[in-house]
Order: sequence, then C-alpha cells, then structure tokens
Amino acid sequence: MVTAPFTVVRSRAVPLLIPNVDTDVIIRVERMMSSDPDHLAKWAFESIRYDSSGAPREDFVLNDPEYVGSEILLAGDNFGCGSSREPAVWAVMGLGFRCVIAPSFGDIFAANCLTNGVLPVSLPADAAEQLAAGARRFEEITVDLPSQEIRLESRCWTFDIGRVHKLMLVDALDEMALAIRHLKTVERWEIRDHNERPWAWTQGRQAGMDLGEHSP
Amino acid sequence: MTLSPRTLVDKIWDRHVVEDMGDGWALLHIDRHLLHDLSGPGSLIDIKRRELGVGQPRQVLAIADHLVSTEPHRMAESSSVGSAMWAVLKEETDTAGIEVAGAEDPGQGIVHVAGPEQGFVLPGLTIICGDSHTCTNGALGALAFGVGSSQSAQALVTRVLLQQRPRQMRVTVTGTFGTATSAKDLALHLISTLGASAGVGYAIEYAGPVVTAMEIEQRLTLCNLTVELGAKFGLIAPDEKTLAWLEGRRLAPTGADWLEACAAWQSLHSEPGASFDREEQVDATGVDPMVTWGTSPEHAVPITGTVPLPSDAANSDQARSWSEAQDYMGVAGGKSLIGTPIDWVFIGSCANSRLSDLRAASEIVRGQRVPDEVTAWVVPGSEQVRREAEKEGLDRVFVEAGFAWRRSGCSLCVAANGDRVPSGARCVSTSNRNFVGRQGPGARTHLASPVTAAAAAIAGRLVDPRQI
Ligand code: SF4
Repeated sequence: MVTAPFTVVRSRAVPLLIPNVDTDVIIRVERMMSSDPDHLAKWAFESIRYDSSGAPREDFVLNDPEYVGSEILLAGDNFGCGSSREPAVWAVMGLGFRCVIAPSFGDIFAANCLTNGVLPVSLPADAAEQLAAGARRFEEITVDLPSQEIRLESRCWTFDIGRVHKLMLVDALDEMALAIRHLKTVERWEIRDHNERPWAWTQGRQAGMDLGEHSP
Repeated sequence: MTLSPRTLVDKIWDRHVVEDMGDGWALLHIDRHLLHDLSGPGSLIDIKRRELGVGQPRQVLAIADHLVSTEPHRMAESSSVGSAMWAVLKEETDTAGIEVAGAEDPGQGIVHVAGPEQGFVLPGLTIICGDSHTCTNGALGALAFGVGSSQSAQALVTRVLLQQRPRQMRVTVTGTFGTATSAKDLALHLISTLGASAGVGYAIEYAGPVVTAMEIEQRLTLCNLTVELGAKFGLIAPDEKTLAWLEGRRLAPTGADWLEACAAWQSLHSEPGASFDREEQVDATGVDPMVTWGTSPEHAVPITGTVPLPSDAANSDQARSWSEAQDYMGVAGGKSLIGTPIDWVFIGSCANSRLSDLRAASEIVRGQRVPDEVTAWVVPGSEQVRREAEKEGLDRVFVEAGFAWRRSGCSLCVAANGDRVPSGARCVSTSNRNFVGRQGPGARTHLASPVTAAAAAIAGRLVDPRQI
C-alpha cells in the first residue's frame, strides 16, 4: 500500500552490486509471518548480513554506519528474482529505501515495488557502475521522478516509467483505488464475456453471475 | 483490412484488455485466481481491512500447500506454522464463498499441480496466483503469472490488474532427448546458457517438435522453470494432447461448453510470420542430464561437466558471486561434481512431483537400496498424484528402497512448514530453486531431474544417471 508521494529523493546510496539477489535472500520464508516493517527490516538480507553467530558482518555494506539514513539502494542485475513474496519489498522499505536502482529486476519484485510506492529504476550496467563508484565515495545521488532523471554530481541519466505508475507514485495513489474506479467497465466486460465464453466461467452457461454482489 | 500475424500471447492479451491505459499498459481481465496458504491469507485480510468483497468467488480456488505438514497421518493442526494461516484461509474463503482445500481434503495439492489436474486451468484464460511459479500453468496455453499479495487482493476485488504488455521471446526446441534426459534438464540447460535474467520483461513461448512431442506433465515442468529464466510468463500453444488431457477433469467445461471451448482453442497459436522480440533455438539432442553447483539456477552444468572457475567469469561481480556460491556449496571450481557424497534427496515440488516424474524415479530405485547415511523423501505433488501412485504400487517401490513416502505439499522445496534440510547437509532436489538457505538455513541444494535425483539417492553421491 502506498503511503507517501514520491517526487525527488536525494541521499547517499548503498552499493549492493551482487547479481541475482533473490527474494529468499531478501527475506527468509519463516520471517514472513509478520508484516511489521521493523521485524522485516531486522531480518532483511539475513543470510548475507549476519554471520553464523548472528552478529552483523562488518564487511557487509548494509552494516556500514556511513550509509545510515540512505533512501536509495544500488543493486545488481536481476535484483529481486525468484519468489513473488511481497514482504521482500516491505523489508527493503523497512530499511528506509524508497528507490532501488539496478540493471534489471525480477518482474514480480518490480511490480510489487510499484504497488508499494517504491520506485524501481532500470539503468544500463555502465551507469550503475558509475553510480556505485560515487556511492562508495559517499556522494549523494538525486532521483527525480517528475523529470525521470538520476543525477550524480554533473552527470545525469534518464529512465523510463509507465505514465500511470508515474502518476500513482507522485500522487501516492493506490492501484486498488484505480481499479475500483473502473469497476463498471469491468462488469460490462464480464457480462459480454459470459455470453461469448461461457466455458471460461466455472458456473457455466446456466447459473447466474455474482456480479455486483460486493460492489464496493 | 489485413492484420499482422499475431502470437499466442497477443491473442490472449488482446482478448483480456478491459481498458487501454496507454504506453502498452492495460487493465487486464483476470479470469481465474489461485490462492495458497502462505500469500492468500494476507490478501484476504487486506480486503477485509478495506471493507471490500471478493467479486467473483467461483473463479477462485484456494489450496493449502506451502505450510501443510507432509507427515503420513497429518491433519490441519499437524503443522504448527501452518495451522494459524490455515485457520485464516479457511475462515476468509468460507466467508467469501471460495472453494478451499486443506491438509485433510482429497483435492489438496501444490497449487500448480492441483490447479491443472482439476481442470481449473484452461487454455486461453488469464490466471494469477500470489506465487511466482504460476507460469507453470502456461503449459496448457493460459497466460498465467505470479503476483504479490497486494495485486492478488486487487484482483480478488476488481478482477483486473494494471499490466504492461510483455516483450515476447520464442524458444524453439528441435532434436530429440537422449537417455535419462527430460524437460527439467532442458530447462536447466536453457537457464545456464541464457542466464537467470534473460527473460526479464518477456513472455516466453516454447515451440518446436520436441515441445509438441512432450507429454503435458513434461510441458508443465518446462513452463514451471520459466521464472528461473527471469520471465513471469511461459506458455505453450494448446493442441490435441492438451484437450485430451483436460477433458473430463472436475472443473473443465462439459457438454456444449466443452465443444465451444475446443472450437475457441483451435486458433490459440502463434500464426506463421508472427514476430517475436527475441528468438532462441535449442537442440535437445545436445542436452545432457544437468545438475546445479551453486546458488542460482543458472549455476548449472551437465553432470559430466566441471564447476566453473571464478577466474573464467565474465566480470568481477560474477567472479565474486561464483566464489561465494562455491564456498557456500562446498564445491571447488575446475572439479567434477560426480562422486560428491550427498546427505539428502528430495523428489517433489511443483517442478517435478507429478505421476510421470514418480514413475521415472521409481524405475531407477526399484529393487535398489538407499544407503543408511542418506535421507530420501518422495513428496507427491498432490493427493491425487499420491493416490494414483499408490494404486500402481509406486509407494512400495520407494519405501522398500528406503525412501520416506509422504503426503502432498511444498515441503522441502521452500522449508516453510517445518520440513528442513539441516545446515551444511547436501541435498539433491527435483525442485526449482537452489537459493541460499532455500531448503533450510545453511542447506546445500543441487537441482536435478527426478531420474538424476533417484540415481544419486541409490549411489549416495552425485552420479551420471546414464551409468546406472
Ligand atoms: S513447490 Fe516450491 S516452488 Fe512450487 S509452489 Fe511450492 S514452494 Fe513454490
């Protein structure tokens, strides 16, 4: 669920440039039974963030105090691949990130980011490397959604985002609310479909439809 | 007016656009919806909290799979983790009027095994589930994809989702499979050669003579692993085999509806000349039994091959991830995997737990014996698969060889129900993910086909199944 509008974010960025970080690594299955952001943040990336005794690994970038308060995560190729678990996005949010930049994302993870008001930005690998170099020097990165730009010092990269998602992020609109606005059109589509493809409906040709029963 | 030739995906997509939102985005109608016990309760609670209702409950099927116990005499309460989630799933689906199956029901199974098996999944439909392996269902010619729990909640209420038309890739498979080689090996071969992110943003259609020749269960396996290639959709055009497989299943259409459906499905294929954004060709003749050495499904090699050396990686990030994976797995670059002693074998998961998988594995273990130091499990993909296998006596073949024969569920594929491979133990698994800790914290997973896993169970070490 989207909580705050997204316009411009400027902060240090955490360079976590490991390829194929899967959502099992982002949050283990047994930590998902609670959706409390603090709980999820505590256990985020646990298999690479803590050692076998449970102590934070000093060489792991998320444990570096220099990055406390960062709102931007710089990730490797195919970040968030694997399971569709939405708590992976909630864990990333729980750590304070509002934007993730990577050469590519797991498709479902990227969709889950957008649903939750987190901006996933795909940039070519060379841009990601330049940003990472800056991030390692603790330079601040600017993510400007209205102008669809990422800026670091004098360099600037543009990125793509669908028009509808841009509007939803900027205005903190919820996808559910958007779809509900179209419910009448959906109902008309379904009535027509029920005649054209009766086989597609489990209740078959004869039974009535449940349309409108729970119209919000 | 002449229309340019359309692909299978184009045809299903265009049929389901309720509202065009511009730039290739659309509100896409979702025909059917599967719920499971891990992600389903959250979606249903979300709806309740917003004081909304489920719009088309009869188009939804809920099954407990991730968190159920797989013990032989299980009940709903046998899984301490699962029973609370099951209680929510049961209560909320009952309130909404959604059919639900739990640990004690004959229709229970892994959603992507039981959904097709019960005729809930049909060609030409759009289907979602809060689960990334929903792409499995594309094997029947459906546009099926995984979503998060928020989008699942949205679709339960509104039956539409905001979706972007995917880029399209066709993978054409020619040649013939060699001995002891199957769809699982083909999938691991594709992931290891194309890479785990090759499919990001794509829908992948599998085609060609090998795919046409495949039985439906093998097609389900192939489509299952599509998400490990990075794509959220994988599909195969329905054909006579698909229709024969579906006819008479519990929820499949009947009578006039069935005939009408079959007529509609005739045109569900990519037309000659339809264009794809990317085309890949693969010759199945050159595919060997595959096994993974690392912690991504792309870390796969032929069983006769060697683990790659980090010094041969394409760049420093890959080199580092290879050496970390090798440390985690306790394998060495440059070495063969054959002969590596193993501790566990898991035959199960929505990748490979259907009747034909169990039959293939049983042929290897019949009359053989698993060494004492190896724990070997068979977890059928559904209760129907279990009953059918028991009718054929497969349970006895496995049990006499020293395997545990369990009840259906996700079990060791995701280790969410209490079933776990111990830390440091090495498991040959027919599942689809070898991620760090996937089978339990510290567990080491080698993905393989049912035949390769069965051969390893008998040998107590990784072996070439063709040598058995
Ligand atoms: S068997 Fe494994 S991959 Fe399949 S649905 Fe269950 S947890 Fe997911």
